[in-house]
Amino acid sequence: MSVKVRIPSPLRSFTDGADVLQFEGGSVGDVLGQLTARAGGIEKRLFKSPGELNRFVNVYVNDEDIRFLDNLATHVKPGDEISIVPAIAGG
Amino acid sequence: MSFVEGLQCRECGRRSEARAVHVCEDCFGPYEVVYDYAALRRTVTREKIATGPRNVWRWADLLPVDKPVTGFHSGNTPLRRADRLAEVLGCSELYIKDDSANYPTYSYKERVVSVAISKAVEFGFDTVGCASTGNLANSVAAHAAAAGLQCFVFIPHDLEQGKVVGSQVFGPSVVRIKGNYDDVNRLCSEIADKYGWAILNVNLRPYYTEGAKTFGYEIAEQLGWKLPKHTILPVAGGTILPKVHKAYQELIDLGLVEDSNGGSRFYAAQAAGCNPVVTAIEKNIDVIVPQKPRTIAKSIAIGNPADGFYVYNAIKQSGGHGASATDQEIVDAIRLLATTEGIWTEPAGGTTLAAAIKLIKSGRIPKDESIVIGITGNGLKTIETLGGSLPDSEPIGASLNEFDRRLNGKASIEEAVLAGAI
Repeated sequence: MSVKVRIPSPLRSFTDGADVLQFEGGSVGDVLGQLTARAGGIEKRLFKSPGELNRFVNVYVNDEDIRFLDNLATHVKPGDEISIVPAIAGG
Repeated sequence: MSFVEGLQCRECGRRSEARAVHVCEDCFGPYEVVYDYAALRRTVTREKIATGPRNVWRWADLLPVDKPVTGFHSGNTPLRRADRLAEVLGCSELYIKDDSANYPTYSYKERVVSVAISKAVEFGFDTVGCASTGNLANSVAAHAAAAGLQCFVFIPHDLEQGKVVGSQVFGPSVVRIKGNYDDVNRLCSEIADKYGWAILNVNLRPYYTEGAKTFGYEIAEQLGWKLPKHTILPVAGGTILPKVHKAYQELIDLGLVEDSNGGSRFYAAQAAGCNPVVTAIEKNIDVIVPQKPRTIAKSIAIGNPADGFYVYNAIKQSGGHGASATDQEIVDAIRLLATTEGIWTEPAGGTTLAAAIKLIKSGRIPKDESIVIGITGNGLKTIETLGGSLPDSEPIGASLNEFDRRLNGKASIEEAVLAGAI
């Protein structure tokens, strides 16, 4: 078992089209670090600066926004699912 | 014909041709429609606008659509001088821009949906949908039915009955989600990705949001090509306020307004139980910290507003501010608007008026300057929010004696409301 990361379509050009990738656990920051190491170019899309996500990037662990958890330090364990979702308009 | 040049990322400036994409591939920032303003300056005049239809397409030159397919009865809502309300608040020049009268589903959403559905058809989609707190779902369902499109609407499970039935009646697939709007929103982002549908406020967002400008254009024309000194609007996802700000700015840039009043100051209204943007404004920090909504104003219960940052910017640039309203203040304001002006709005409108009252009372908005309060939805859809706050009406026998007793026993409803609400 490992941690799944769901890749939104605007980022799939960096993952050879893959919509889900699997990584080892740790913190959300660790997992996104593994993602950026594997998918060259994706770092600039996700991070404004090291440790600071871009304004319009939302990251969820099992349906909960990490800003309600422990941000990038949120612990993830095998079986958890991380989603990266761009912000969208109201309704 | 359309004057659209393409799309441009609001964050990093990346350009793209006009297509069904909503986030910048470089930075995830939102794409916005860019127009050929030089050509617009040569073409758009007050006289030309005056010959246009009395609906959202009056502003077709300033919208990103080549061939409208719906919205021919949407927009063109009343701008009402509200003297009775103004008297209560001690103001000299107060207006209500009343989208509770917008056709066909009685909210400001007709504007964005008219544009987005027309664009969806232009792009060749046969299925449309949205993530919604209710009003958008109602509007998408109605316009999709009239345009003969397949329709899926996604809503939080706990909406008011009027908002649920108000979608179902038009025959879309209504999908209720166990979660709040922000959960629905996230799901829809993934659905748009997977199924290739036009989720209007997701992958058609750049076009959808442009429709909100018509609210501002109409205000300016209805005021005799003047801008109000102060404009107060509700903030949920953050679409309408920055777009009305943009609309005013475009009218100034195109030389269409006679009196810009130094540009209007903008004010954000949010419910106290969901006020991430007003909190940022009050703290003077441009970081919007998401919240878990807890308010009766469900149509604006968005804790993670995508465009909150742009609301913040428009407000700070214009010299405005923001205010929050408690559930009780929202209900009181709904009744005040109803009893002074004969306009029945939903809790979002109550929030906006309640916030306006606070901003006027605190002196943020001077009483002797022109003020427009934006009312964006209709109270008929949210009857349950008034439950218990209106006087009971016990039946009496059909006799003049009994009526005489009833009449002499109670003060008028209006006096009671005025005493309680201010």
